[in-house]
Amino acid sequence: MRDDWVEVRRGSYHDSVTLMRVSRALSERPDVAAAMVAMGTGLNREMFGRMGFDVPEEAGPDDLVVAVRAKDGDAAEAREALDGLLRATSAAPAAPGAAAPPRTTGSAAARADATVALLSVPGPHVFPEAMDALDAGLNVMIFSDNVPLAQEIALKEAAARRGLIVMGPDCGTAVVGGAGLGFANAVRPGPVGVVAASGTGAQQLMCLLDAAGVGVSHVLGVGGRDLSPEVSGRSALAALAALDADPGTELIVLVSKPPAPQVADLIREAARRLDTPVSFALPVPGEDDLTRTAEKVLKALGRKVPEWPSWLGSRHPKPVRGRALRGLFAGGTLRDEAEAIARDALGWDLASRGHRFTDFGDDAFTRGRAHPMIDPSLRLAAVREEAADAEVGVLLLDVVLGHGAEPDPAAALAPAVAAAVADRRDLAVVVSLCGTPADPQGRDRQAAALCEAGADVFASNARATRHALALLDGAPVEGRAG
Amino acid sequence: MTDQRHRLGGLLTRDPAVVTAGVEVLADALADQAVPVERVDWRPPPAGTEAALAAVLGDPRHADANARAVRRMVTARPHLVDVRPARDVLGLDTGTFLHAGPPLEWERASGPMRGALIGAMLLEGIAETPRGAERELGRGAAVLEPCHRHAAVGPMAGVVSPSMWMLVVEDAEHGGTAYCSLNEGLGKVLRYGAFGPEVIERLVWMGEVLGPALRAAVRRRGPLDLMSVAAQALQMGDELHNRNRAATSLLLRELAPALLAAEDVPRGRAAEALRFAAGNDHFFLNAGMAAAKACADAARNVPGSSLVVAMARNGTDFGVQVSGTGDRWFTGPAGVPDGLYLGGYGPDDANPDIGDSAITETAGMGGFALAAAPAIVRFVGGEVPDALAATQRMYEITLAEHPVLQIPLLSFRGTPVGVDVTRVVRTGILPVIDTGIAGREPGTGQVGAGLVEPPANVFTDALHALAETA
Repeated sequence: MRDDWVEVRRGSYHDSVTLMRVSRALSERPDVAAAMVAMGTGLNREMFGRMGFDVPEEAGPDDLVVAVRAKDGDAAEAREALDGLLRATSAAPAAPGAAAPPRTTGSAAARADATVALLSVPGPHVFPEAMDALDAGLNVMIFSDNVPLAQEIALKEAAARRGLIVMGPDCGTAVVGGAGLGFANAVRPGPVGVVAASGTGAQQLMCLLDAAGVGVSHVLGVGGRDLSPEVSGRSALAALAALDADPGTELIVLVSKPPAPQVADLIREAARRLDTPVSFALPVPGEDDLTRTAEKVLKALGRKVPEWPSWLGSRHPKPVRGRALRGLFAGGTLRDEAEAIARDALGWDLASRGHRFTDFGDDAFTRGRAHPMIDPSLRLAAVREEAADAEVGVLLLDVVLGHGAEPDPAAALAPAVAAAVADRRDLAVVVSLCGTPADPQGRDRQAAALCEAGADVFASNARATRHALALLDGAPVEGRAG
Repeated sequence: MTDQRHRLGGLLTRDPAVVTAGVEVLADALADQAVPVERVDWRPPPAGTEAALAAVLGDPRHADANARAVRRMVTARPHLVDVRPARDVLGLDTGTFLHAGPPLEWERASGPMRGALIGAMLLEGIAETPRGAERELGRGAAVLEPCHRHAAVGPMAGVVSPSMWMLVVEDAEHGGTAYCSLNEGLGKVLRYGAFGPEVIERLVWMGEVLGPALRAAVRRRGPLDLMSVAAQALQMGDELHNRNRAATSLLLRELAPALLAAEDVPRGRAAEALRFAAGNDHFFLNAGMAAAKACADAARNVPGSSLVVAMARNGTDFGVQVSGTGDRWFTGPAGVPDGLYLGGYGPDDANPDIGDSAITETAGMGGFALAAAPAIVRFVGGEVPDALAATQRMYEITLAEHPVLQIPLLSFRGTPVGVDVTRVVRTGILPVIDTGIAGREPGTGQVGAGLVEPPANVFTDALHALAETA
């Protein structure tokens, strides 16, 4: 007989990331078998159901649902802990006479002399906040996804009329004036301006440039749909023009998943008319990968291409022919790049041979939960599952560091890697580590911990992928040949 | 160079400063980089309003329409120019009565509204007895119309009959005219639903003595700037809805010399009129309401605007009208105020919210100026910080800060003015309204005073109607 405690707190709103952190903290308690604390949305109700919790009918999307399954029948302590956890997330009471915090972006903009609004409220609620920002003369970065396409276009048109830019929706990364917005690495200032329709693509590029001693001026995200035929590169064009006029930018790189052909033509045509040279980084088979793009940028700036950092483990698992490569990614563009490189090496049909590349940042995995760079639990579970599959020979993982990402990814991932290879002496693990020494998580410390656990670690995603492919075939391994 | 500095609002040239709404981790990451962050305490709007909000806020007319509407509201210059009987100035015929709030039929009228209508029937001589009046009203002998339909407002029951005298207020800026009846004082009075002999006697005296005396004084003095009186009173501890003591004194100071100089008012009558007004702390309220009505009406009928131009209650329904949707009322059940009760009375004796006096809040006074009148938050067991917090909360749902009405305690910041339907829906913050509390039973009179909020649905309904026009 299960001892479930399910409670509905009416009208008690917390954002999903806060609640997931609370859920995780509760689940990790020794007296708790399972726990979920979430708003009573349709999707969350399904999840409660899947976990075997019975949620009362009246719980709606504005109500907080608490569900805890105690291990030995008594959830009293967990209940007390929950109140503490929820309280810890709310701000201290305002001092007498002090104004309460602003409740809309418009109200906040009136109080602060800001340059940009960073919006990460649920997608269906983004539009009013974004219009507030534009009306107040602020640029907008929309981290959220699930914003209706028509609203994206309306916002970008409104921004153009006001001489502003909308970065996003679904824009994970930007760096303006040295400040990292969303997921961004701590890189040195420098001459390269980046226009990014892909967040992790931009992060990989800026980290590699940083490793070569070259910094960025600004990184302007535009959102994953900006280069679609419907949106037609409205923000990319605004970003190119702004960077072209920026005296600190000597060279512009546009990073994107493959755009629609007619939009690509439009952008290339616009780029040709700029005074500042523009390079393109589009990770598709036959095109330069991001590492190659970084190398070309370095050459164009007259800089030396360094040996890209790697940290190789002491394990030498024997390859077994016919086994599969499984790529488990948090970064969508890093996944796409790895798959493109694998196709170049192994041909188009990867799936029939069991090779698979999964993006845990995809909408299918993030609906109702945080991005895997913030909440790694889904991917950690996948590492365990893949390692248990005897058909799998090589695991390829990315780890993306920087502002906004979880504070110490190796703390959870290194033990998972160690556990995987402890049971499977024949399993190889390769990590693509996207970060800089100045990132809050410390790239080198993360690399050392993962390497210690049994992974081979590379700063270049392309090199990590080629290394994984080589381990699969038993071909000579890059960097270890000499 | 100039071009570059202003490109993208200085995004690439200025030190970054960020407004954040949503996931706290992302705001924390900025704070960790020592970037100035202004965090929005964001909460989701009611389910089902997303599309309507996007339609209204995405309407290309919206921002300009709101700016224009609220500018008209705060630049209005209401002046008291005359005092005249409702029969003459509103063309009111015998058997027609105006009432507070959105349209109402006798069958749905609450106790105090019925009481006031009975009193008005007696005053006009249409019925001999209260029972007779009730019978006549019950069989539909009278025509009932909202004050607002006649550019008028009335406190509490707001009942206006042809023989009652009206303050005539003209907007010197935009040319509109607004009307309000004369204040009867506190206690057993018609507007609270009392209709006993002393109530009717007082009303007769007001028609015979007070009205003509005030008319003579106002005409002799010339147009009297009511916003100037309101602005001064706000700095003397009034909020111009539940506290009008300073404004009443200032108004008398303006009118008394002219009244005494008016040759057509016998000395004894002038003294009676002054004594009556001086004994009534709310004497200014009706003038302030007419002024607020003139301001609010100046902002009407701007297509695309989500500005609220009327909030009013009839004792049964709470209604709002919005600039972009013309004369349409959006109504919901009137709530029971939270407040302090006069000796012996309690919440069980209270009638649901009633009166056009929420026109003061509509125009940036009353509850919105609570910080100017900390004394009256005691009505709801509050303290001075609660008064400050109430006013500051209203800035979240309003479009402007009043250029004339200022609050000393907030460093002379203008009062929050111009309720925006979209902001009310987005934040869930409802306008705070000061109010008197009428007794539930007809004939009781006032039982208390306190604060009340509108029902939330009136704003979501208005939003959906605006979305249809977008």
